[in-house]
Amino acid sequence: MEKKSLRTAYGEALVEMGKTNPDIVVLEADLGKSTMSCLFKDAYPERYFEMGIAEQSMASTAAGLALSGKVPFYSTFAVFAFGRAYDQIRCGIAIPNANVKICGSSCGFSDFGDGKTHQSIEDANVMRMIPHMIVLNPCDAVETRKMMRAMAAYDGPVYIRINRNDLPVYTAEEGDYEIGRMSRIVAGADLVIFATGSMVWKSVEAAELLKAEGISAEVVNVSTLKPLAKEEILKYVAGKKAIVTAEEATKLGGLGSAIAELLIGEIALPFERVGVDDAFGTSAHSYAELLETYGLTERHIAAAAKKALKR
Amino acid sequence: MADQALIKDLEAKAVQLRCNVLEMIGIGKAGHWGGSASLAEAMAVLYFHVMNVDAKAPKAPDRDRLLLSKGHGALIQYAALCELGYFPREEMQRVKSLNGLLQGHPDLSIPGVEAVTGSLGQGLSIGVGMALALRLDKKASRVYVVMGDGEQSEGQLWEAAMAASNFKLDNLTAFLDWNKIQATGRTEDVFKIPDLDKKWASFGWEVFSVDGHDVEKLLAAVDKAKAVKGRPTLVILDTVKGKGVSFAENTPAYHNGTFDEARFTLAMAELEARKAALAAQKEMV
Ligand SMILES: Cc1ncc(C[n+]2csc(CCOP(=O)(O)OP(=O)(O)O)c2C)c(N)n1
Repeated sequence: MEKKSLRTAYGEALVEMGKTNPDIVVLEADLGKSTMSCLFKDAYPERYFEMGIAEQSMASTAAGLALSGKVPFYSTFAVFAFGRAYDQIRCGIAIPNANVKICGSSCGFSDFGDGKTHQSIEDANVMRMIPHMIVLNPCDAVETRKMMRAMAAYDGPVYIRINRNDLPVYTAEEGDYEIGRMSRIVAGADLVIFATGSMVWKSVEAAELLKAEGISAEVVNVSTLKPLAKEEILKYVAGKKAIVTAEEATKLGGLGSAIAELLIGEIALPFERVGVDDAFGTSAHSYAELLETYGLTERHIAAAAKKALKR
Repeated sequence: MADQALIKDLEAKAVQLRCNVLEMIGIGKAGHWGGSASLAEAMAVLYFHVMNVDAKAPKAPDRDRLLLSKGHGALIQYAALCELGYFPREEMQRVKSLNGLLQGHPDLSIPGVEAVTGSLGQGLSIGVGMALALRLDKKASRVYVVMGDGEQSEGQLWEAAMAASNFKLDNLTAFLDWNKIQATGRTEDVFKIPDLDKKWASFGWEVFSVDGHDVEKLLAAVDKAKAVKGRPTLVILDTVKGKGVSFAENTPAYHNGTFDEARFTLAMAELEARKAALAAQKEMV
Protein backbone atom coordinates (compact mmCIF):
# COMPACT_ATOMS: atom_id res chain seq x y z
CA MET A 1 0.00 0.00 0.00
CA GLU A 2 1.44 3.34 -1.05
CA LYS A 3 1.89 5.82 1.81
CA LYS A 4 1.70 9.57 1.47
CA SER A 5 2.14 12.61 3.65
CA LEU A 6 -1.00 14.36 4.81
CA ARG A 7 1.11 17.37 5.75
CA THR A 8 2.33 17.74 2.18
CA ALA A 9 -1.24 17.35 0.97
CA TYR A 10 -2.19 20.18 3.31
CA GLY A 11 0.52 22.49 1.99
CA GLU A 12 -0.12 21.61 -1.65
CA ALA A 13 -3.85 22.17 -1.25
CA LEU A 14 -3.16 25.62 0.15
CA VAL A 15 -1.03 26.49 -2.86
CA GLU A 16 -3.57 25.09 -5.30
CA MET A 17 -6.46 27.03 -3.74
CA GLY A 18 -4.35 30.16 -3.37
CA LYS A 19 -3.96 30.21 -7.14
CA THR A 20 -7.66 30.83 -7.78
CA ASN A 21 -8.72 32.40 -4.50
CA PRO A 22 -6.78 35.57 -3.69
CA ASP A 23 -8.50 35.80 -0.30
CA ILE A 24 -6.76 32.73 1.05
CA VAL A 25 -4.08 33.76 3.53
CA VAL A 26 -1.87 31.56 5.68
CA LEU A 27 -0.49 32.09 9.18
CA GLU A 28 2.22 30.07 10.89
CA ALA A 29 4.13 30.03 14.18
CA ASP A 30 7.68 28.90 13.36
CA LEU A 31 6.68 25.38 12.35
CA GLY A 32 5.92 25.93 8.66
CA LYS A 33 8.59 23.45 7.58
CA SER A 34 6.83 20.81 9.62
CA THR A 35 3.17 21.64 8.93
CA MET A 36 4.19 22.24 5.29
CA SER A 37 2.50 25.60 5.13
CA CYS A 38 5.98 26.65 3.89
CA LEU A 39 4.85 25.60 0.41
CA PHE A 40 2.36 28.46 0.44
CA LYS A 41 5.05 30.82 1.67
CA ASP A 42 7.17 29.99 -1.36
CA ALA A 43 4.25 30.46 -3.75
CA TYR A 44 2.56 33.53 -2.26
CA PRO A 45 4.92 35.20 0.19
CA GLU A 46 2.77 38.34 0.39
CA ARG A 47 -0.18 36.30 1.70
CA TYR A 48 1.87 34.35 4.23
CA PHE A 49 2.25 35.69 7.74
CA GLU A 50 4.93 34.29 10.02
CA MET A 51 3.61 35.26 13.44
CA GLY A 52 6.60 34.14 15.48
CA ILE A 53 6.15 31.54 18.20
CA ALA A 54 2.93 33.20 19.31
CA GLU A 55 -0.04 30.91 18.81
CA GLN A 56 -2.53 33.01 20.73
CA SER A 57 -1.70 36.08 18.71
CA MET A 58 -1.85 33.96 15.55
CA ALA A 59 -5.38 32.75 16.33
CA SER A 60 -6.70 36.21 17.06
CA THR A 61 -4.93 37.70 14.04
CA ALA A 62 -6.62 35.05 11.90
CA ALA A 63 -9.92 36.17 13.42
CA GLY A 64 -9.20 39.75 12.39
CA LEU A 65 -8.32 38.68 8.86
CA ALA A 66 -11.52 36.63 8.63
CA LEU A 67 -13.67 39.45 9.96
CA SER A 68 -12.18 41.57 7.17
CA GLY A 69 -13.15 39.17 4.39
CA LYS A 70 -10.06 36.98 4.11
CA VAL A 71 -10.00 33.19 4.38
CA PRO A 72 -7.20 32.51 6.86
CA PHE A 73 -5.70 29.06 7.45
CA TYR A 74 -3.39 28.85 10.45
CA SER A 75 -1.28 25.87 11.37
CA THR A 76 1.07 24.62 14.04
CA PHE A 77 1.33 21.44 16.12
CA ALA A 78 -2.12 20.36 17.25
CA VAL A 79 -1.41 20.84 20.96
CA PHE A 80 -0.54 24.47 20.38
CA ALA A 81 -3.10 25.13 17.63
CA PHE A 82 -6.08 24.23 19.79
CA GLY A 83 -4.69 24.23 23.32
CA ARG A 84 -2.45 27.22 23.58
CA ALA A 85 -4.99 29.40 21.80
CA TYR A 86 -8.16 27.89 23.30
CA ASP A 87 -9.79 31.06 24.56
CA GLN A 88 -8.69 33.00 21.50
CA ILE A 89 -10.46 30.36 19.40
CA ARG A 90 -13.52 30.33 21.60
CA CYS A 91 -13.98 34.06 21.94
CA GLY A 92 -12.49 35.54 18.79
CA ILE A 93 -13.26 32.81 16.28
CA ALA A 94 -16.09 30.50 17.35
CA ILE A 95 -18.51 32.94 18.99
CA PRO A 96 -18.51 35.31 15.99
CA ASN A 97 -18.47 32.36 13.59
CA ALA A 98 -15.33 33.80 12.01
CA ASN A 99 -14.21 32.08 8.85
CA VAL A 100 -10.94 30.76 10.28
CA LYS A 101 -9.48 27.37 9.35
CA ILE A 102 -7.31 25.86 12.05
CA CYS A 103 -4.85 23.10 11.26
CA GLY A 104 -3.66 20.99 14.17
CA SER A 105 -0.62 19.21 12.76
CA SER A 106 1.40 16.33 14.25
CA CYS A 107 -1.72 15.17 16.05
CA GLY A 108 -2.20 12.12 18.24
CA PHE A 109 0.98 10.13 18.88
CA SER A 110 2.44 10.95 15.50
CA ASP A 111 5.13 13.15 17.10
CA PHE A 112 6.41 10.07 18.91
CA GLY A 113 9.81 11.31 20.14
CA ASP A 114 8.77 14.61 21.69
CA GLY A 115 6.59 13.05 24.37
CA LYS A 116 3.49 14.04 26.28
CA THR A 117 3.85 17.81 25.94
CA HIS A 118 3.68 17.46 22.17
CA GLN A 119 1.34 14.50 21.72
CA SER A 120 -2.20 15.65 21.33
CA ILE A 121 -4.81 13.13 22.33
CA GLU A 122 -7.62 15.57 23.05
CA ASP A 123 -7.52 18.28 20.38
CA ALA A 124 -10.43 17.09 18.23
CA ASN A 125 -12.45 16.13 21.31
CA VAL A 126 -12.08 19.58 22.85
CA MET A 127 -12.76 21.35 19.57
CA ARG A 128 -15.98 19.32 19.23
CA MET A 129 -17.27 20.92 22.43
CA ILE A 130 -17.13 24.44 21.02
CA PRO A 131 -20.35 25.60 19.34
CA HIS A 132 -19.99 26.58 15.67
CA MET A 133 -16.80 24.58 15.24
CA ILE A 134 -16.60 21.99 12.46
CA VAL A 135 -14.10 19.22 13.19
CA LEU A 136 -12.43 17.20 10.45
CA ASN A 137 -10.02 14.29 10.70
CA PRO A 138 -8.78 12.99 7.35
CA CYS A 139 -7.64 9.39 6.98
CA ASP A 140 -5.24 9.83 4.06
CA ALA A 141 -3.57 12.39 1.81
CA VAL A 142 -6.24 12.24 -0.88
CA GLU A 143 -9.02 12.90 1.57
CA THR A 144 -6.98 15.75 3.09
CA ARG A 145 -6.71 17.47 -0.27
CA LYS A 146 -10.44 17.16 -0.96
CA MET A 147 -11.31 18.25 2.54
CA MET A 148 -9.25 21.41 2.17
CA ARG A 149 -11.43 22.51 -0.75
CA ALA A 150 -14.55 21.81 1.27
CA MET A 151 -13.14 23.79 4.19
CA ALA A 152 -12.42 26.79 2.01
CA ALA A 153 -15.89 26.61 0.49
CA TYR A 154 -17.55 26.48 3.91
CA ASP A 155 -18.10 29.84 5.61
CA GLY A 156 -17.23 29.41 9.29
CA PRO A 157 -14.63 28.00 11.69
CA VAL A 158 -13.18 24.58 10.93
CA TYR A 159 -10.57 22.53 12.77
CA ILE A 160 -8.61 19.93 10.81
CA ARG A 161 -6.39 17.35 12.45
CA ILE A 162 -3.32 16.25 10.51
CA ASN A 163 -1.07 13.27 11.19
CA ARG A 164 2.71 13.76 11.07
CA ASN A 165 3.53 10.40 9.52
CA ASP A 166 2.86 9.13 6.03
CA LEU A 167 -0.30 7.01 5.91
CA PRO A 168 -1.62 4.52 3.33
CA VAL A 169 -3.64 6.11 0.52
CA TYR A 170 -6.88 4.35 -0.27
CA THR A 171 -9.76 6.83 -0.64
CA ALA A 172 -11.03 7.70 -4.10
CA GLU A 173 -9.53 10.61 -6.05
CA GLU A 174 -12.80 11.47 -7.78
CA GLY A 175 -15.71 13.37 -6.25
CA ASP A 176 -15.82 16.22 -3.77
CA TYR A 177 -15.65 15.99 -0.02
CA GLU A 178 -18.90 16.76 1.68
CA ILE A 179 -18.62 17.91 5.29
CA GLY A 180 -20.75 15.67 7.48
CA ARG A 181 -20.81 12.65 5.15
CA MET A 182 -19.39 9.31 6.18
CA SER A 183 -18.09 6.78 3.72
CA ARG A 184 -18.06 3.01 3.73
CA ILE A 185 -14.57 1.63 3.15
CA VAL A 186 -15.34 -2.06 3.68
CA ALA A 187 -18.80 -3.62 3.45
CA GLY A 188 -19.75 -6.13 6.13
CA ALA A 189 -22.74 -7.77 7.74
CA ASP A 190 -22.02 -8.70 11.37
CA LEU A 191 -20.83 -5.48 12.93
CA VAL A 192 -19.86 -1.95 12.01
CA ILE A 193 -16.59 -0.25 12.93
CA PHE A 194 -16.78 3.53 12.90
CA ALA A 195 -13.23 4.79 12.62
CA THR A 196 -11.54 8.14 12.14
CA GLY A 197 -8.14 9.37 10.93
CA SER A 198 -5.25 6.94 11.26
CA MET A 199 -7.58 4.32 12.74
CA VAL A 200 -9.55 3.86 9.52
CA TRP A 201 -6.80 1.89 7.84
CA LYS A 202 -6.14 -0.04 11.05
CA SER A 203 -9.84 -0.94 11.01
CA VAL A 204 -9.59 -2.15 7.42
CA GLU A 205 -6.75 -4.40 8.58
CA ALA A 206 -8.84 -5.48 11.55
CA ALA A 207 -11.67 -6.40 9.17
CA GLU A 208 -9.19 -8.65 7.34
CA LEU A 209 -8.23 -10.37 10.60
CA LEU A 210 -11.88 -10.82 11.48
CA LYS A 211 -12.69 -12.19 8.03
CA ALA A 212 -10.17 -14.95 8.60
CA GLU A 213 -12.23 -15.92 11.61
CA GLY A 214 -15.48 -15.84 9.71
CA ILE A 215 -16.63 -12.46 10.99
CA SER A 216 -17.86 -9.89 8.52
CA ALA A 217 -17.03 -6.36 9.64
CA GLU A 218 -18.08 -3.15 7.94
CA VAL A 219 -15.67 -0.22 8.18
CA VAL A 220 -17.01 3.32 8.00
CA ASN A 221 -14.74 6.33 7.74
CA VAL A 222 -16.04 9.11 9.97
CA SER A 223 -13.78 11.91 8.83
CA THR A 224 -16.17 14.64 9.91
CA LEU A 225 -16.23 14.41 13.70
CA LYS A 226 -18.60 17.31 13.91
CA PRO A 227 -21.33 17.61 12.76
CA LEU A 228 -22.23 13.94 13.16
CA ALA A 229 -25.49 12.98 11.51
CA LYS A 230 -27.61 10.55 13.49
CA GLU A 231 -29.35 9.31 10.31
CA GLU A 232 -26.00 8.43 8.76
CA ILE A 233 -24.98 6.43 11.79
CA LEU A 234 -28.33 4.65 11.98
CA LYS A 235 -28.02 3.78 8.29
CA TYR A 236 -24.76 1.90 8.89
CA VAL A 237 -25.89 0.38 12.16
CA ALA A 238 -29.06 -1.09 10.66
CA GLY A 239 -28.98 -4.89 10.71
CA LYS A 240 -25.65 -5.12 12.56
CA LYS A 241 -25.12 -7.03 15.80
CA ALA A 242 -22.48 -4.74 17.35
CA ILE A 243 -20.74 -1.38 17.09
CA VAL A 244 -17.03 -0.62 17.50
CA THR A 245 -15.43 2.81 17.33
CA ALA A 246 -11.73 3.52 16.79
CA GLU A 247 -9.88 6.80 17.21
CA GLU A 248 -6.33 7.94 17.97
CA ALA A 249 -7.57 10.13 20.79
CA THR A 250 -8.73 9.94 24.36
CA LYS A 251 -11.96 8.01 24.68
CA LEU A 252 -13.41 10.89 26.65
CA GLY A 253 -15.53 13.06 24.45
CA GLY A 254 -14.32 11.69 21.15
CA LEU A 255 -15.84 9.73 18.29
CA GLY A 256 -16.99 6.81 20.46
CA SER A 257 -18.62 9.09 22.99
CA ALA A 258 -20.26 11.14 20.28
CA ILE A 259 -21.80 8.13 18.58
CA ALA A 260 -22.93 6.65 21.88
CA GLU A 261 -24.61 9.95 22.76
CA LEU A 262 -26.49 9.98 19.48
CA LEU A 263 -27.66 6.41 19.88
CA ILE A 264 -29.00 6.80 23.40
CA GLY A 265 -32.72 6.11 23.23
CA GLU A 266 -32.46 4.95 19.62
CA ILE A 267 -30.91 1.57 19.65
CA ALA A 268 -29.33 -0.84 22.13
CA LEU A 269 -26.40 -2.82 20.74
CA PRO A 270 -23.15 -4.13 22.21
CA PHE A 271 -20.67 -1.25 21.86
CA GLU A 272 -16.87 -1.19 22.26
CA ARG A 273 -14.56 1.77 21.97
CA VAL A 274 -10.93 1.65 20.88
CA GLY A 275 -9.09 4.77 21.95
CA VAL A 276 -6.76 6.13 24.59
CA ASP A 277 -7.68 5.55 28.22
CA ASP A 278 -7.49 8.80 30.15
CA ALA A 279 -3.69 9.14 30.05
CA PHE A 280 -0.98 11.31 28.55
CA GLY A 281 1.48 10.03 25.98
CA THR A 282 5.17 9.31 26.38
CA SER A 283 8.32 9.43 24.28
CA ALA A 284 9.17 6.47 22.05
CA HIS A 285 11.49 5.62 19.18
CA SER A 286 8.62 4.97 16.77
CA TYR A 287 4.99 5.78 16.11
CA ALA A 288 4.15 2.09 15.82
CA GLU A 289 5.47 1.41 19.33
CA LEU A 290 3.12 4.00 20.76
CA LEU A 291 0.09 2.72 18.84
CA GLU A 292 0.88 -0.72 20.25
CA THR A 293 1.35 0.58 23.80
CA TYR A 294 -1.85 2.58 23.81
CA GLY A 295 -3.94 -0.19 22.27
CA LEU A 296 -4.47 1.31 18.84
CA THR A 297 -3.63 -1.48 16.41
CA GLU A 298 -5.67 -3.71 14.11
CA ARG A 299 -5.39 -6.46 16.71
CA HIS A 300 -6.92 -4.27 19.38
CA ILE A 301 -9.76 -3.31 17.06
CA ALA A 302 -10.41 -6.93 16.10
CA ALA A 303 -10.39 -7.95 19.76
CA ALA A 304 -12.88 -5.21 20.57
CA ALA A 305 -15.11 -6.44 17.75
CA LYS A 306 -15.06 -10.01 19.04
CA LYS A 307 -15.74 -8.85 22.57
CA ALA A 308 -18.75 -6.86 21.42
CA LEU A 309 -20.09 -9.74 19.34
CA LYS A 310 -19.82 -12.16 22.28
CA ARG A 311 -22.16 -10.12 24.40
CA MET B 1 40.57 37.27 38.60
CA ALA B 2 38.66 34.02 38.89
CA ASP B 3 40.45 30.83 39.77
CA GLN B 4 42.02 29.51 36.53
CA ALA B 5 41.77 25.88 37.60
CA LEU B 6 38.05 26.32 38.22
CA ILE B 7 37.60 27.91 34.82
CA LYS B 8 39.43 25.06 33.09
CA ASP B 9 37.33 22.56 35.01
CA LEU B 10 34.10 24.18 33.99
CA GLU B 11 35.22 24.46 30.37
CA ALA B 12 35.96 20.77 30.39
CA LYS B 13 32.57 20.08 31.98
CA ALA B 14 30.88 22.00 29.18
CA VAL B 15 32.57 19.81 26.60
CA GLN B 16 31.60 16.72 28.55
CA LEU B 17 27.99 17.91 28.57
CA ARG B 18 28.12 18.30 24.79
CA CYS B 19 29.51 14.76 24.51
CA ASN B 20 26.61 13.51 26.62
CA VAL B 21 24.10 15.33 24.43
CA LEU B 22 25.60 13.89 21.28
CA GLU B 23 25.62 10.43 22.82
CA MET B 24 21.93 10.79 23.64
CA ILE B 25 21.03 11.94 20.15
CA GLY B 26 22.98 9.08 18.66
CA ILE B 27 22.96 8.07 15.02
CA GLY B 28 19.96 8.48 12.76
CA LYS B 29 17.57 9.90 15.35
CA ALA B 30 16.32 13.47 15.54
CA GLY B 31 17.48 15.50 18.51
CA HIS B 32 17.77 19.14 19.55
CA TRP B 33 21.52 19.52 19.19
CA GLY B 34 21.57 23.22 18.35
CA GLY B 35 19.77 24.72 21.33
CA SER B 36 21.36 22.23 23.72
CA ALA B 37 24.93 22.85 22.64
CA SER B 38 24.55 26.64 22.83
CA LEU B 39 23.86 26.28 26.56
CA ALA B 40 26.72 23.99 27.55
CA GLU B 41 28.91 26.60 29.27
CA ALA B 42 25.98 28.24 31.05
CA MET B 43 24.79 24.85 32.32
CA ALA B 44 28.30 23.90 33.42
CA VAL B 45 28.67 27.14 35.37
CA LEU B 46 25.23 26.91 36.98
CA TYR B 47 25.09 23.21 37.81
CA PHE B 48 28.76 22.66 38.72
CA HIS B 49 29.60 25.84 40.54
CA VAL B 50 26.82 28.32 41.21
CA MET B 51 23.79 26.36 42.22
CA ASN B 52 23.16 24.73 45.53
CA VAL B 53 21.86 21.35 44.39
CA ASP B 54 22.40 17.82 45.62
CA ALA B 55 21.63 14.71 43.61
CA LYS B 56 21.12 12.81 46.85
CA ALA B 57 18.40 15.22 47.94
CA PRO B 58 16.74 16.39 44.72
CA LYS B 59 13.78 17.83 46.61
CA ALA B 60 15.72 19.58 49.39
CA PRO B 61 13.74 22.71 50.28
CA ASP B 62 16.83 24.91 50.23
CA ARG B 63 17.97 23.94 46.75
CA ASP B 64 18.29 26.41 43.91
CA ARG B 65 15.93 25.78 40.99
CA LEU B 66 16.74 25.69 37.31
CA LEU B 67 13.98 25.60 34.70
CA LEU B 68 14.28 25.35 30.97
CA SER B 69 11.52 27.50 29.59
CA LYS B 70 12.93 26.40 26.24
CA GLY B 71 12.11 22.83 27.19
CA HIS B 72 13.38 21.39 23.91
CA GLY B 73 16.89 22.01 25.31
CA ALA B 74 16.22 19.15 27.73
CA LEU B 75 19.22 17.11 26.61
CA ILE B 76 21.72 19.60 27.98
CA GLN B 77 19.93 19.55 31.32
CA TYR B 78 19.84 15.74 31.32
CA ALA B 79 23.56 15.77 30.45
CA ALA B 80 24.30 17.84 33.54
CA LEU B 81 21.93 15.96 35.85
CA CYS B 82 23.52 12.70 34.77
CA GLU B 83 27.05 13.98 35.50
CA LEU B 84 25.83 15.08 38.93
CA GLY B 85 24.48 11.60 39.61
CA TYR B 86 20.74 12.22 39.53
CA PHE B 87 20.28 9.06 37.49
CA PRO B 88 22.53 6.33 36.10
CA ARG B 89 24.36 6.81 32.80
CA GLU B 90 22.39 3.96 31.24
CA GLU B 91 19.37 6.24 31.21
CA MET B 92 21.11 8.38 28.62
CA GLN B 93 21.12 5.39 26.30
CA ARG B 94 17.37 4.96 26.79
CA VAL B 95 16.48 8.61 26.22
CA LYS B 96 13.16 9.13 24.44
CA SER B 97 12.53 5.39 24.34
CA LEU B 98 9.44 3.66 25.58
CA ASN B 99 9.88 3.03 29.33
CA GLY B 100 13.00 5.18 29.45
CA LEU B 101 13.24 7.77 32.21
CA LEU B 102 14.33 10.66 30.02
CA GLN B 103 11.45 12.13 28.03
CA GLY B 104 11.61 14.25 24.89
CA HIS B 105 10.89 17.29 27.04
CA PRO B 106 11.46 17.98 30.75
CA ASP B 107 9.12 15.96 32.91
CA LEU B 108 8.67 15.88 36.67
CA SER B 109 9.24 12.13 36.67
CA ILE B 110 12.93 12.92 36.09
CA PRO B 111 14.95 13.64 39.25
CA GLY B 112 16.36 17.17 39.17
CA VAL B 113 13.79 18.51 36.73
CA GLU B 114 11.72 21.24 38.37
CA ALA B 115 8.82 21.75 35.95
CA VAL B 116 7.08 20.35 32.90
CA THR B 117 8.08 22.49 29.96
CA GLY B 118 8.21 22.05 26.20
CA SER B 119 5.31 24.27 25.34
CA LEU B 120 7.31 27.44 24.89
CA GLY B 121 6.73 30.62 26.82
CA GLN B 122 5.57 29.18 30.12
CA GLY B 123 8.75 28.64 32.12
CA LEU B 124 9.28 32.17 33.31
CA SER B 125 5.82 32.32 34.86
CA ILE B 126 6.48 29.05 36.64
CA GLY B 127 9.77 30.53 37.83
CA VAL B 128 7.93 33.60 39.13
CA GLY B 129 5.66 31.32 41.14
CA MET B 130 8.64 29.50 42.61
CA ALA B 131 10.46 32.73 43.42
CA LEU B 132 7.37 34.05 45.20
CA ALA B 133 7.04 30.83 47.19
CA LEU B 134 10.71 30.90 48.20
CA ARG B 135 10.33 34.47 49.39
CA LEU B 136 7.22 33.57 51.40
CA ASP B 137 9.14 30.69 52.95
CA LYS B 138 12.08 33.00 53.70
CA LYS B 139 14.50 30.82 51.75
CA ALA B 140 17.70 32.16 50.29
CA SER B 141 17.42 29.82 47.30
CA ARG B 142 17.44 31.29 43.82
CA VAL B 143 15.47 30.50 40.69
CA TYR B 144 17.18 30.33 37.29
CA VAL B 145 15.06 30.26 34.14
CA VAL B 146 16.49 29.69 30.67
CA MET B 147 14.64 31.07 27.65
CA GLY B 148 15.25 30.97 23.90
CA ASP B 149 15.47 33.94 21.57
CA GLY B 150 12.83 32.57 19.21
CA GLU B 151 10.75 31.96 22.31
CA GLN B 152 10.74 35.70 23.00
CA SER B 153 7.76 36.02 20.64
CA GLU B 154 5.54 34.18 23.14
CA GLY B 155 3.44 36.86 24.83
CA GLN B 156 3.32 35.00 28.12
CA LEU B 157 7.01 35.68 28.68
CA TRP B 158 6.27 39.38 28.72
CA GLU B 159 3.36 38.90 31.10
CA ALA B 160 5.77 37.07 33.39
CA ALA B 161 8.39 39.77 32.87
CA MET B 162 5.96 42.38 34.16
CA ALA B 163 4.95 40.19 37.09
CA ALA B 164 8.54 39.55 38.12
CA SER B 165 9.42 43.22 38.22
CA ASN B 166 6.13 44.13 39.92
CA PHE B 167 6.96 41.64 42.63
CA LYS B 168 10.58 42.88 42.78
CA LEU B 169 11.85 39.33 42.47
CA ASP B 170 15.57 39.67 43.05
CA ASN B 171 15.81 35.93 43.72
CA LEU B 172 15.00 35.28 40.06
CA THR B 173 17.61 35.29 37.30
CA ALA B 174 16.62 34.62 33.72
CA PHE B 175 18.96 33.71 30.88
CA LEU B 176 18.22 34.40 27.25
CA ASP B 177 20.04 32.03 24.92
CA TRP B 178 20.65 34.51 22.13
CA ASN B 179 21.77 32.00 19.50
CA LYS B 180 20.03 33.83 16.65
CA ILE B 181 18.30 30.80 15.18
CA GLN B 182 14.85 29.34 15.87
CA ALA B 183 13.05 26.26 14.49
CA THR B 184 12.65 27.27 10.86
CA GLY B 185 15.54 29.65 10.31
CA ARG B 186 17.39 32.72 11.57
CA THR B 187 15.37 34.83 13.99
CA GLU B 188 16.36 37.80 11.83
CA ASP B 189 14.47 36.25 8.89
CA VAL B 190 11.67 34.40 10.68
CA PHE B 191 10.49 36.96 13.21
CA LYS B 192 12.62 39.95 14.07
CA ILE B 193 12.66 41.12 17.66
CA PRO B 194 15.15 43.97 17.86
CA ASP B 195 16.56 45.52 21.03
CA LEU B 196 15.78 42.66 23.36
CA ASP B 197 18.03 44.19 25.99
CA LYS B 198 16.15 47.49 25.91
CA LYS B 199 12.81 45.72 25.93
CA TRP B 200 13.64 43.77 29.08
CA ALA B 201 15.16 46.81 30.74
CA SER B 202 12.00 48.79 30.01
CA PHE B 203 10.02 45.99 31.68
CA GLY B 204 11.89 46.74 34.88
CA TRP B 205 14.66 44.16 34.72
CA GLU B 206 18.35 44.57 35.33
CA VAL B 207 19.90 43.42 32.05
CA PHE B 208 23.41 42.49 31.05
CA SER B 209 24.89 40.66 28.12
CA VAL B 210 27.76 38.24 28.21
CA ASP B 211 29.61 35.91 25.85
CA GLY B 212 27.69 32.71 26.60
CA HIS B 213 30.70 30.52 25.86
CA ASP B 214 33.12 32.38 28.12
CA VAL B 215 33.10 30.62 31.47
CA GLU B 216 34.97 33.36 33.28
CA LYS B 217 32.54 36.02 32.14
CA LEU B 218 29.57 33.79 32.92
CA LEU B 219 30.80 33.34 36.48
CA ALA B 220 31.09 37.10 36.87
CA ALA B 221 27.65 37.69 35.35
CA VAL B 222 25.95 35.29 37.75
CA ASP B 223 27.69 36.92 40.71
CA LYS B 224 26.59 40.31 39.49
CA ALA B 225 23.00 39.09 39.13
CA LYS B 226 23.02 37.81 42.70
CA ALA B 227 24.02 41.22 43.96
CA VAL B 228 21.13 43.05 42.29
CA LYS B 229 18.48 44.06 44.81
CA GLY B 230 14.81 44.83 44.30
CA ARG B 231 14.45 43.62 40.73
CA PRO B 232 14.91 40.50 38.63
CA THR B 233 17.93 40.13 36.36
CA LEU B 234 18.21 38.98 32.76
CA VAL B 235 21.54 37.70 31.49
CA ILE B 236 21.60 37.69 27.70
CA LEU B 237 23.90 34.90 26.57
CA ASP B 238 25.52 35.72 23.25
CA THR B 239 25.87 32.20 21.90
CA VAL B 240 26.37 30.10 18.79
CA LYS B 241 23.63 27.59 18.08
CA GLY B 242 25.15 24.13 17.79
CA LYS B 243 28.45 25.30 19.36
CA GLY B 244 31.23 22.76 19.53
CA VAL B 245 30.60 20.80 16.34
CA SER B 246 31.85 22.89 13.44
CA PHE B 247 29.47 21.72 10.72
CA ALA B 248 26.45 22.03 13.00
CA GLU B 249 27.23 25.52 14.24
CA ASN B 250 24.92 28.28 13.06
CA THR B 251 22.95 25.77 11.02
CA PRO B 252 19.14 25.76 11.34
CA ALA B 253 19.02 22.12 10.20
CA TYR B 254 20.54 21.13 13.55
CA HIS B 255 17.75 22.75 15.54
CA ASN B 256 16.25 19.28 15.71
CA GLY B 257 18.57 17.43 13.40
CA THR B 258 19.90 13.99 12.71
CA PHE B 259 23.52 12.80 12.61
CA ASP B 260 24.35 10.01 10.21
CA GLU B 261 27.18 7.70 11.21
CA ALA B 262 29.91 9.68 9.47
CA ARG B 263 28.76 13.00 10.91
CA PHE B 264 28.31 11.50 14.35
CA THR B 265 31.87 10.19 14.29
CA LEU B 266 33.20 13.51 13.07
CA ALA B 267 31.26 15.41 15.73
CA MET B 268 32.45 13.15 18.53
CA ALA B 269 36.03 13.45 17.28
CA GLU B 270 35.82 17.25 17.39
CA LEU B 271 34.51 17.17 20.93
CA GLU B 272 37.14 14.67 22.04
CA ALA B 273 39.87 16.81 20.49
CA ARG B 274 38.57 19.82 22.40
CA LYS B 275 38.54 17.79 25.59
CA ALA B 276 42.15 16.77 25.07
CA ALA B 277 43.21 20.34 24.35
CA LEU B 278 41.55 21.56 27.53
CA ALA B 279 43.22 18.81 29.56
CA ALA B 280 46.58 19.89 28.22
CA GLN B 281 45.82 23.52 29.10
CA LYS B 282 44.84 22.47 32.59
CA GLU B 283 48.23 20.83 33.03
CA MET B 284 49.78 24.21 32.27
CA VAL B 285 47.67 25.86 34.97
C1 LIG C 1 4.17 26.86 22.32
C2 LIG C 1 5.14 26.21 21.41
N1 LIG C 1 5.09 26.50 20.09
C3 LIG C 1 5.94 25.89 19.23
C4 LIG C 1 6.84 24.97 19.67
C5 LIG C 1 7.75 24.24 18.69
N2 LIG C 1 9.14 24.69 18.83
C6 LIG C 1 10.03 24.01 19.56
S1 LIG C 1 11.53 24.73 19.61
C7 LIG C 1 11.01 25.99 18.62
C8 LIG C 1 11.96 27.09 18.27
C9 LIG C 1 12.54 27.71 19.48
O1 LIG C 1 13.49 28.66 19.14
P1 LIG C 1 14.43 29.29 20.25
O2 LIG C 1 13.59 29.78 21.37
O3 LIG C 1 15.29 30.29 19.58
O4 LIG C 1 15.22 28.06 20.78
P2 LIG C 1 16.74 27.61 20.46
O5 LIG C 1 17.16 28.23 19.18
O6 LIG C 1 17.55 28.09 21.60
O7 LIG C 1 16.70 26.12 20.39
C10 LIG C 1 9.67 25.81 18.26
C11 LIG C 1 8.91 26.71 17.40
C12 LIG C 1 6.84 24.69 21.05
N3 LIG C 1 7.67 23.77 21.57
N4 LIG C 1 6.00 25.33 21.88
